[in-house]
Amino acid sequence: MTELVRLAGLEVHFPIRGGLLDSLARRPAAYVRAVDGIDLTIERGEVLALVGESGSGKTTTGRVIVKLTRQTAGTVTFDGTDVTDTWGGKELRDYRRRVQLIFQDPYETLNPKQTIHDFVAEPLDVNHLASSNADRERRVMEAIESAGLRPATEFAFRYPHELSGGQRQRVVIAGALVMGPELVVADEPVSMLDVSIRTELLRLMLDLRKERELTYLFITHDLSLAWVIADRIAVMYLGKIMEIGPAEAVIRTPHHPYTKALVGVSPTPDPMSGAERASRYILVGETPDAAAIPPGCRFHPRCPLAFDRCKVDSPPLFDIGAGQQAACWLAEGGRELPVFQPRSTATAPAGAIATEPAVTAGAASVPSVEVAAAEPAATTAVAHASMGVDATQVRPDA
Amino acid sequence: MMRMPTGPGETGKVMEDAEQEAARRAAEAGQEAVVEAPVDSEAIEAAAAARALIRGRRQWPLPKQADPTAPLLTVENLRTHFKLESGWVKAVDGVSFRLDDGEALGLAGESGCGKTTTALSLVRLLPSNARIRKGSSIDLFGIDLVPKTEDQLRRYRWREISIVFQGAMNALNPVRRIGEQIAEPIEVRLGLTQDVARKRAAELLELVGIPRQRAAAYPHELSGGMRQRTMIAMALACDPAIVIGDEPTTALDVMVQAQILELLERLRRDLGLSLILITHDLSVIAETCDKTLIMYAGKVAEEGPVSRIFTAPRHPYTQKLLGAFPNIHADRRSLETIPGSPPDLRNPPAGCRFNPRCPAAMDICREVEPPEVVYPDGVRVACHLHVAGRDGAVGVTSADVVGWHRQLPVIEAPGVPAVASAGVAEPPGPGSQP
Ligand SMILES: Nc1ncnc2c1ncn2[C@@H]1O[C@H](COP(=O)(O)OP(=O)(O)OP(=O)(O)O)[C@@H](O)[C@H]1O
Ligand SMILES: Nc1ncnc2c1ncn2[C@@H]1O[C@H](COP(=O)(O)OP(=O)(O)OP(=O)(O)O)[C@@H](O)[C@H]1O
Ligand code: SF4
Ligand code: SF4
Ligand SMILES: [Mg+2]
Ligand SMILES: [Mg+2]
Repeated sequence: MTELVRLAGLEVHFPIRGGLLDSLARRPAAYVRAVDGIDLTIERGEVLALVGESGSGKTTTGRVIVKLTRQTAGTVTFDGTDVTDTWGGKELRDYRRRVQLIFQDPYETLNPKQTIHDFVAEPLDVNHLASSNADRERRVMEAIESAGLRPATEFAFRYPHELSGGQRQRVVIAGALVMGPELVVADEPVSMLDVSIRTELLRLMLDLRKERELTYLFITHDLSLAWVIADRIAVMYLGKIMEIGPAEAVIRTPHHPYTKALVGVSPTPDPMSGAERASRYILVGETPDAAAIPPGCRFHPRCPLAFDRCKVDSPPLFDIGAGQQAACWLAEGGRELPVFQPRSTATAPAGAIATEPAVTAGAASVPSVEVAAAEPAATTAVAHASMGVDATQVRPDA
Repeated sequence: MMRMPTGPGETGKVMEDAEQEAARRAAEAGQEAVVEAPVDSEAIEAAAAARALIRGRRQWPLPKQADPTAPLLTVENLRTHFKLESGWVKAVDGVSFRLDDGEALGLAGESGCGKTTTALSLVRLLPSNARIRKGSSIDLFGIDLVPKTEDQLRRYRWREISIVFQGAMNALNPVRRIGEQIAEPIEVRLGLTQDVARKRAAELLELVGIPRQRAAAYPHELSGGMRQRTMIAMALACDPAIVIGDEPTTALDVMVQAQILELLERLRRDLGLSLILITHDLSVIAETCDKTLIMYAGKVAEEGPVSRIFTAPRHPYTQKLLGAFPNIHADRRSLETIPGSPPDLRNPPAGCRFNPRCPAAMDICREVEPPEVVYPDGVRVACHLHVAGRDGAVGVTSADVVGWHRQLPVIEAPGVPAVASAGVAEPPGPGSQP
């Protein structure tokens, strides 16, 4: 396979706008380090899945590749050409044709007042890509059919509200296909859809890969989905790649504790035995803010295997073999990970958000109420009023 | 990569004509084919023991009309329809199930199949165009909630059955501290002073794993997981017997999802809660529930123990649905698709509502609604492929399902609940029944 995309030392830091006081006090500007040093290649014809928790920098990485977000540092190479500083002119227009983005939410992408046909035709018009009206029509209808909306004539003149959720996402795919791209960056393309529709769309995307020799960067928070669709998986945590390798290897023999924990808690449609349940390791806390990345190994406050060195030194990606790499000191030299020790509440890492129960009394009951009721009549009146409020307040669709 | 579907079961199997004919006859004779239902005595004893233990630990006494020997919740032939100008949407159309003390039931199915409507019917927090139809019953401790007036229902809503609404964690009031937001409904629903309610709010936060100092935080200062914990704390405020979680982990990361599910698991164990977990994600149910009920287009497709349904699904819809989920701990295989989409519930297809999408559909499926049958392993399924009298299956009508549940013997709960004796009276109010 040949290399299509190469990211080297990629960083995207967003300044956090400080208040007036900050600037008066000449405090150093703070940054959200959304992407914090990524080296990554995407081979032509492969599906590379970028997996990670919310806020880990997946979307930002994708947006840099499609040139919607400027990098702070590092380079982007596409098909052998350095496109790091391509921000306008014919070069950018060419690039935009070859690299397309599919968003998560078809509702946001589609304009409710635009027909399917006009939505798909728009990128052709904007980029003056059609040589004639007939050419334009042919390409639009072909893209609609390729996206599985057949016959195209039946769908072309409908509006988004006349389509199901799955059909809407197909329209978005058609809009990306009409340009004849080589790389498609798909950012959570199916996470808004029901499982039943999800499979059809994934299959469509894979079929298109074959037919049109597409390459995909498939962004998802769902490790199981990545495993089903991707050739390789890259796991991100706080702006860095923690582990990358062939999908099967990353899932079966993870060499990074974070990957291992993710695999362990990924729910499966098999009823779990008590033993299996006990063997999973649920990490404490949530992904910290990218504005406050811990020093050393950025995963160390939540890592069940962390040791002293992890608090100061940040591990590079170590080669495991067979194309697998992991950024963990324990993976140096391709060693296997030790098993996680069952955690007791007392040993939960300090400093992590205490999402673990502070008290785990054996047969606790909801803390009892000490004082009993006030006057019935008054209670009722308020209760009545508030019940209505509750229902509407907490239930957006009520 | 993705291969063509093979299917976990015998989805593609088409019945022989003769067999079809037999199925039709059995279906037509369905009503009279009521045989003695299978009974698993070990399960019954376990359920009865759990009931005794859990009811013995209640904070409030049982409602006065309660039958202490009745099951916790039995829903019989629930039909909730929405009125639109273009017709009635039959969102829930003849759903029956039972929930026992301490049990977790997972309610699953595609978007729009009526999961939320079922849940909202139980606490009657339905949109104004909704009607619960005649013939529906929702029995809590043997008390039918359907005929209760709004005033009478207040004794049960939040105090016996509470609900964590779908998407609610994003609907917290952004300008009020979470402690206040938890305390206020406590104050109102239990008639407590502000101080006591705040103290209890802090205790509840701690119970769900949020340090009590965080009571002063505003919602935007909390992560998604903590906001969802806050919603769970609110649902626990009145010490309910049943908590309904409507998609409680859907918007959350997998690790946070695992944390929340673990929390629910712990609360269930420690507080003796019963859970109804609504989710479109069958994997979540596989990991947390005892029983599952798969809905399709407002009806029960299949119901029974998770251990059975997830390993040997009988309904073609369940088979397809299960096949659509990847299993990261097993071999990589092709995923199932379910072609087509769920029907318009104003005008559902005749016969089996799944027939336009079912790979095994037969002529009878387009004409006759499949009756529910119960297998000896406790699985109930509504599909013409499953005929009363074969493989130990027993025909049941909607009422029989519950009737069968009702036959189960029960051990009486022990006398004075430990906590109630500690001086906590049942909060008065016109909602409590004389
Ligand atoms: N334009 C921006 N300005 C400031 N911060 C930003 C901006 N875009 C993203 N961030 C921050 O950068 C970090 C990474 O965000 P990003 O959207 O790339 O994450 P993600 O992995 O796609 O998460 P999700 O799964 O929630 O979509 C987050 O902390 C986010 O708040
Ligand atoms: N107020 C209403 N008026 C008319 N139809 C309604 C109303 N509320 C819901 N429905 C319809 O009733 C059916 C069941 O809706 P419900 O919200 O119970 O589905 P659900 O299974 O919870 O779906 P989801 O997974 O999307 O939350 C849907 O077809 C929906 O369109
Ligand atoms: S380097 Fe240390 S803290 Fe980081 S993942 Fe490895 S063991 Fe854990
Ligand atoms: S009854 Fe319904 S689910 Fe069963 S075979 Fe017929 S169409 Fe399929
Ligand atoms: Mg994103
Ligand atoms: Mg719902």
